[in-house]
Amino acid sequence: MSLVDGSLWLTQQYNRLSLKRRRTLMGYVFITPFILGFVFWFLVPAVVAAYLTLQRWNLISPPRFVGMYNFNRMLNDPLLLQSLKVTVLFSAISVPLGLVFAFFLASLINNKFRGIAVFRTIYFLPSIVPAVANAILWAWLFNTEFGLINFVIRALGGPKIGWLQDPNWVMVAFVILTVWGVGGSMIIFLAGLQGIPKIYYEAAEIDGAGRWQRLLNVTLPMMSPIIFFNLVIGFINSFQIFVSALLITNGGPQNSTLFLVLYIYRTAFGSQKMGYAAVLSWLLFAILMILSFFVFRYIGSRVYYENPDE
Amino acid sequence: MASKPKRNQRSLGDRLFHWLTVFLLVFFAVVMVAPFVWLVSSSLKTQLNIFQYPPEFLPDPWMPQNYINAMTYKPFGLYFRNTLLVAGLNVIAVVFTSSFCAYGFARMRFPGRDLWFGIVMATLFLPYAILLVPSFIVFSRLGWVDTFLPLVVPQFFGGGAFNIFLMRQFFRTIPEEICDAARIDGCSEFGVYWRIMLPLSKPALITIGIFTFLFAWNDLIGPMTYLRSPDNFTIAVGLASFRSQTDIHWDLQLAASAAVTLPVIAIFFLSQRYFIQGVVMTGLKG
Repeated sequence: MSLVDGSLWLTQQYNRLSLKRRRTLMGYVFITPFILGFVFWFLVPAVVAAYLTLQRWNLISPPRFVGMYNFNRMLNDPLLLQSLKVTVLFSAISVPLGLVFAFFLASLINNKFRGIAVFRTIYFLPSIVPAVANAILWAWLFNTEFGLINFVIRALGGPKIGWLQDPNWVMVAFVILTVWGVGGSMIIFLAGLQGIPKIYYEAAEIDGAGRWQRLLNVTLPMMSPIIFFNLVIGFINSFQIFVSALLITNGGPQNSTLFLVLYIYRTAFGSQKMGYAAVLSWLLFAILMILSFFVFRYIGSRVYYENPDE
Repeated sequence: MASKPKRNQRSLGDRLFHWLTVFLLVFFAVVMVAPFVWLVSSSLKTQLNIFQYPPEFLPDPWMPQNYINAMTYKPFGLYFRNTLLVAGLNVIAVVFTSSFCAYGFARMRFPGRDLWFGIVMATLFLPYAILLVPSFIVFSRLGWVDTFLPLVVPQFFGGGAFNIFLMRQFFRTIPEEICDAARIDGCSEFGVYWRIMLPLSKPALITIGIFTFLFAWNDLIGPMTYLRSPDNFTIAVGLASFRSQTDIHWDLQLAASAAVTLPVIAIFFLSQRYFIQGVVMTGLKG
């Protein structure tokens, strides 16, 4: 059968189908790229990873079946414990702080001054600096002897802080550089603030609500879906912190910035333990699943939706 | 926010609030800009002046040749070409395949559509880090390590959940009547997608194009995992390896960082409207 005959045959078959069937077929034709991609780049890797959890494999010699070895290892791994500890700590501090700061900045630029566009641009710029350049820049800003931050602190009469040498301060340093780049969530908040109908504020004012009450009783409830969205995205992103940890401190000092993804990366591509790295990947997946479940269950249910059908 | 009386009628509290807002605006603007100023200032200093306390803010002598030295210390021209190749292919892939899939989700009605769209949304929230190791194994089995294929080929399969979602949201704002008119005139579904929807969606396509380009430009973890030989490095990997090799050459590191950041800021200023729209569309209209 030649190509022309083939396509002719296909057309005939297609024309024989009922309208409903045709629609279904066309619908699937359109979403086929996604379905194939989902199978190739999600399902297949997930299955491979599941298989590897029971293997020991260094990428060179063939994988060897080791049963539950990798899982037992996970249960007695002080480095894993450390990486979980610092990742959770980092998330717990940087996400709420970043959320509040982004909201605060969004309220600041939600004013109608002349030249406000300049401020919007300035506040947004930090979030688009390429990750690697950003890491180098902050490593230099936090330099103990010659960095700008210690210069300002010392000029104000403060002590010289070992930002990247002291295991306690290094966490503060990472929170600062994360919070500096909240421009994305800020813009999302700004769009939300601008979408709140003016009439609600006018009504609240007529009822004698002050600034603080308007914020609590109008702005926050109206913004709750957006706050929730930024919260979820913030948690997912904070659990994936990697580039700055790799380039600024390389996990140190004393593993105090050995975040989970960095540990997974090292396990896989540093010490070539692919089986164990697969276990850790599944662990990260499980943690984020459980976390999302609780976030949606306990915080998502408090979100106020004006038009729930939309 | 509040209804605004005329200036002379403002209460003392309102005026204080106004000036407090202005003060905070300026204060945080300084906080946000200071690191950039520091970056540029340091990148123009000599190796000697950079290690000086207290630091000088105006470099003297100033060293624009730091930029040339940094860019020639490593073959950044080659990295630039590699990055453009990867980013360009990514943009092509994403613009066409994500809009193609999005058309199915936005405009076709068929059983299973909502289920599949649910899967799209689920992968949107699935962090890339989880798949890092499993995908590496698949790609190494395919023999794709140290080629651009792992960085390019997957993008041709829908172009990522975020882009499908964004295009679908945009398509839904285009009136169905236009498409129906085309169908009555004998246009096939592909024709509707190609001749009606795509031309009408230019703003959204530009938005996802810019985002994709910047993502490819900035991404470190993908290229670092898959590219082995220095001839294949992208800008991000080149800069990262530059850092590990030029430990105390802060002048060169900072010059290279500034040089890599500059195009991103330029793109931002040229396409601010699309940019902001893209950020906003991810957050709203859920």
